[in-house]
Amino acid sequence: MPALPLDTAGRYVAAAYLVFMLILIIYVAIMASRLTRIQKDITVIDEMLKTRDEHAAKAPPLPTEASAQQ
Amino acid sequence: MTETRKAPGRGLKRLAILTALTLGTAYGLVFFWTPNEADQGFVQKIFYLHVPMAIVTLGGFILGGIFGFLQLRSGDRKWDLRSYVAIHLSLMLAVGTLITGSIWARASWGHWWVWDEPVLVSFLIVFLLYACYQPLRFSIEDPDKQARYASVFAVVAGAFVPLNFAAVRLAQAYTHPRVLGGAQNSMPGSMQLTFLLAIIGMTLLYITLWKFEITSKTTRMQLASIKRRLDSDATGSPA
Amino acid sequence: MFRNSIDLLRKDLLLEVRGRESVPAMVLLALSTLVVLHFALGQTSLDGELASGALWVTILFSATLGIGRLFVSESEDGGMDAVLLSPVDRTAILVAKVCALFTFLVAVQIVIVPAFALLLLGPHLAPALPKLAGILLLTDFAIATVGSLVGAIAVQSRIRDLLAPLLALPLLIPPLIAATHATAGILASGGPAGVPGRWPLIIALYALVFGLLGIALYDNVLDD
Repeated sequence: MPALPLDTAGRYVAAAYLVFMLILIIYVAIMASRLTRIQKDITVIDEMLKTRDEHAAKAPPLPTEASAQQ
Repeated sequence: MTETRKAPGRGLKRLAILTALTLGTAYGLVFFWTPNEADQGFVQKIFYLHVPMAIVTLGGFILGGIFGFLQLRSGDRKWDLRSYVAIHLSLMLAVGTLITGSIWARASWGHWWVWDEPVLVSFLIVFLLYACYQPLRFSIEDPDKQARYASVFAVVAGAFVPLNFAAVRLAQAYTHPRVLGGAQNSMPGSMQLTFLLAIIGMTLLYITLWKFEITSKTTRMQLASIKRRLDSDATGSPA
Repeated sequence: MFRNSIDLLRKDLLLEVRGRESVPAMVLLALSTLVVLHFALGQTSLDGELASGALWVTILFSATLGIGRLFVSESEDGGMDAVLLSPVDRTAILVAKVCALFTFLVAVQIVIVPAFALLLLGPHLAPALPKLAGILLLTDFAIATVGSLVGAIAVQSRIRDLLAPLLALPLLIPPLIAATHATAGILASGGPAGVPGRWPLIIALYALVFGLLGIALYDNVLDD
């Protein structure tokens, strides 16, 4: 580290750069909450696909249905 | 139906690495290489953070206006999304600019707020206007209408940004005669280089975050459409 | 196109004369603001910059009220559909709205400028009136161009009563800066001083820019 003049000037500079860091961290937090929602969506879709596959395994699909799904 | 065209997140990783390198180098130079300014001393280091942030914020607002204009021209909602993300990011950076500006004013002039600093005052006005963007956007339910009116706002406010700066500066120039923009011209080469690098780094950071958010939003929309299709499959076919 | 504008303007003015929705409320708000300013400033008479500031704050606050109400008749009774279904150019609607708001502002000021002179103004109004009227009319025009655009945007929102002033006030700061500077000299205690040409020029340019923006954007603003 450079010789940080930890007088008043140093504190103000540190505060300003901390503000910048804080804003970035808040942004990351917001994006993290969005990621969580995406994750939830994927879990739901995963469940839906599982139940669909189970249905397909029990009753062999009609040829029309299979072609419709592709 | 499925969009196998280029994914919005392409190149994001490279961009993020480049941003980290540039910003890291810039602020490394600020603290380890650039000399203290003769007049203000160490406090002037805030300059390398505050000014690039302000420039990028304003650029982002104007970019949002341009995207809004393209949305109105084409009626394609992807431009509205771009405009929205640009303005949303700029708003966050605007808060940072106001706070760092205030800290700088306190450190070098002894006051938290200085009314005869035209850039700071203009910035506050612009911020107050853009603070209405999200309330306006989310109080219109119909998605097409929302995109259109948000874009109209983006265009009007984007045009307002330079007008407002000109008007505030002009008013101040006549009430408090002062040399306009004298500080930047007399900077030594090392400061100029560092400042330039800081601007490039901040711009790259903005682009990275913008792309990141667009990617995230597009992903969510794609997921929603996949979910809808699965839903209609489940209800459409006899169990 | 001109005929359409005039017809639409006549409709707006007729609605106002019959319903008396905007102008009386604007006048009342302005008068209340003057009383509030008297007590808030603790002054019985003002001149120069303070007088100019007090006058413009009063005018702007009452203007935001008018801006918020400007499109209410269209949005509430499905009137916009009727206007849009008729073969009328969008620009004609803009021109009519700008003229309507301008008329409301002038009507309000005919009441509140004498009231301001009576209640708060130190110097005599009469010698300042010609120049003051010029600045007022010019700024009214700027407020009208900005206001008709803001009003059209805000009326679409669920929270339009909140948004109209919040959008209008920052957008009106540049003309306000010029208008207060110009008016400060006019209302100076030693009699009206000359108005430097740059202030009316700024207001006029601002009105022009927003007029052009309105023409460019009105197609997108008025749909339903």
